[in-house]
Formats: sequence, C-alpha cells, structure tokens
Amino acid sequence: MIPGTLFYWIAFIFTALTAIFAAVMVITRRNPIHSAMFLILNFLCIAVLYLLLNSQFIAIIQVMVYAGAIMMLVIFVIMLLSVEEEKRTYKIRLSPAKVIGVLLVVILFAQLIYGVAQKVVPGEWGEFTPERIAQIGEIKAVGGLLFTRYLFPFEVASILLLVGIIGAVILSKKER
Amino acid sequence: MLIKYVPVLFLLVFAIFFAVFAVFFSHILGPKRVNPVKAAPYECGMITLGPTHQTIPIKYYIIAMLFLIFDLEVIFLYPWAVVFRKLGLFGFVEMMIFIFVLLVGFIYVWKKGALEWE
Repeated sequence: MIPGTLFYWIAFIFTALTAIFAAVMVITRRNPIHSAMFLILNFLCIAVLYLLLNSQFIAIIQVMVYAGAIMMLVIFVIMLLSVEEEKRTYKIRLSPAKVIGVLLVVILFAQLIYGVAQKVVPGEWGEFTPERIAQIGEIKAVGGLLFTRYLFPFEVASILLLVGIIGAVILSKKER
Repeated sequence: MLIKYVPVLFLLVFAIFFAVFAVFFSHILGPKRVNPVKAAPYECGMITLGPTHQTIPIKYYIIAMLFLIFDLEVIFLYPWAVVFRKLGLFGFVEMMIFIFVLLVGFIYVWKKGALEWE
C-alpha cells in the first residue's frame, strides 16, 4: 500500500494512538486481568496496523494466535497464580535494574528513529516488493510459496507442533 | 485497497454502539430500587467465603495449551484454502500429510487421557 490517501492516514493515526493508549493502560493497571484485557486491545490495534501494511496473513495470525490463544494462556497463568498479594505490595521504587532498563530503552528508541529517518533501505530488493504484494494479495503470495518452494519446512512444522503436543502432555500429566 | 475493510469497520462500530447503547439506556431508563438483599452478589445460594480470586487448577492449562497448538494448525489451513485451486491434488496431499502428523498427536493426547477431566 502506498500511503497517501486521507482514509489511510486517519486509520493509521487512530489505530496507533489506541495501541499506545492500550499499552500504557497495560502497565498502569493494578488488576492483572484488566492489564490482560488492554493487552488484547493492543494486539487488535497492531493487527489493524498490519492490515494497513498489506499483511493480511500476519493480521489474521495476530488476531487468532496472539489475541486469541496466547492471551488465553496469559489469563490462565494470571488465574493460576494468586494475584491478590501482588496487588497489595505494589510500590514504585528506584532500583539499578530500572535505571539500566530506561537507558537501554532510550538507546533502542534512538536507533529506531535513526533507522526510520534513514530513507534509503540498504540491501537488495527481492522478488516480492510491497507493490507486487499489494497487487496479488499477501495470503496468495504466502500460500503460493509455502506449499511449493517451502514445502519441506511446512511439513517439518507439523513435526514441531507434534513435539509441542507431546511435551505439553508429558509435562502436565501424571502417570496413572 | 482499504475500502475492502469498510464492512469490518461498520461491524466494529455497530458492535460498540450496541454494547454501549444497551448498558447506557438500561442504566438510564431502568428503575433503581435497591435493598440490601438485592445488592448482594448472590441473592440465592450461599454467601461467598474468603477471597473471590481463587487460583484455578492446573488441569485447565493443559486444555489451553493443546488448543494453542491446534490453533496454529488451523492458521496453516488458511493460506492453503486460498491457493487450493491452483495447487490441485498436490496441495491436497501435502496438507493431508500435515494433518495426519497432527492427527497422530491428537490420538496420542486422547489415548494418554489428557482430555479426561479428573
């Protein structure tokens, strides 16, 4: 998508601001469940941002896997732990770890701004430029490659998922 | 390009509107005659004891984890369905192999009794 239309910019700015708002709410809520709900809102906003970048497939993954399944796991973990005590011992204290963390965040942001400000993208352009993707649609492009050229990694992914299933069962299930 | 997603936007707006409308107007229009019995969390049944934020048993977690894995399987079906006609029989066979491997996993889970509620 070549940015430029008014609708695009309105959608982008609205979604980006909502995402930032949700992210701030995640780290300021005292109730972890509320934080989790705002994290879902944040994930949905990021899915819309992916759509604006013409990445429909990643947007679908973002909604189904992250906002759906991963957040369910997060909420389960919150419910598995006792959150009541965490809520009471909430206090802001300055520690060396926080100072170092803030410093690293500042460096990361400086790098991000530098990277965005640098207009020329180094490296070669591949076969699938953004214009090409916009033309054929991302899911078609991904599907066309995944099931032909990258067939082997795709089938190996099923083995990986199988290992995940077996691991989950072995770790959580007692022998009877 | 983005014009395709306008129906989604409409759906979102209507969903938010409906939720806000229902809560707001029932709050405005509904009569409020509160008495202590009505205001109790459970009008019928036992009065709750102890904290309400109880830790849930770990057995829910295995179901959630297995759901996550099969959810990832479903994700792969989506681009496959889009290019299915182009791939033809070849695409059908490779997806069947993919699903078969995960079906083995599913049978393992079933036989191991991980889906049993105990």
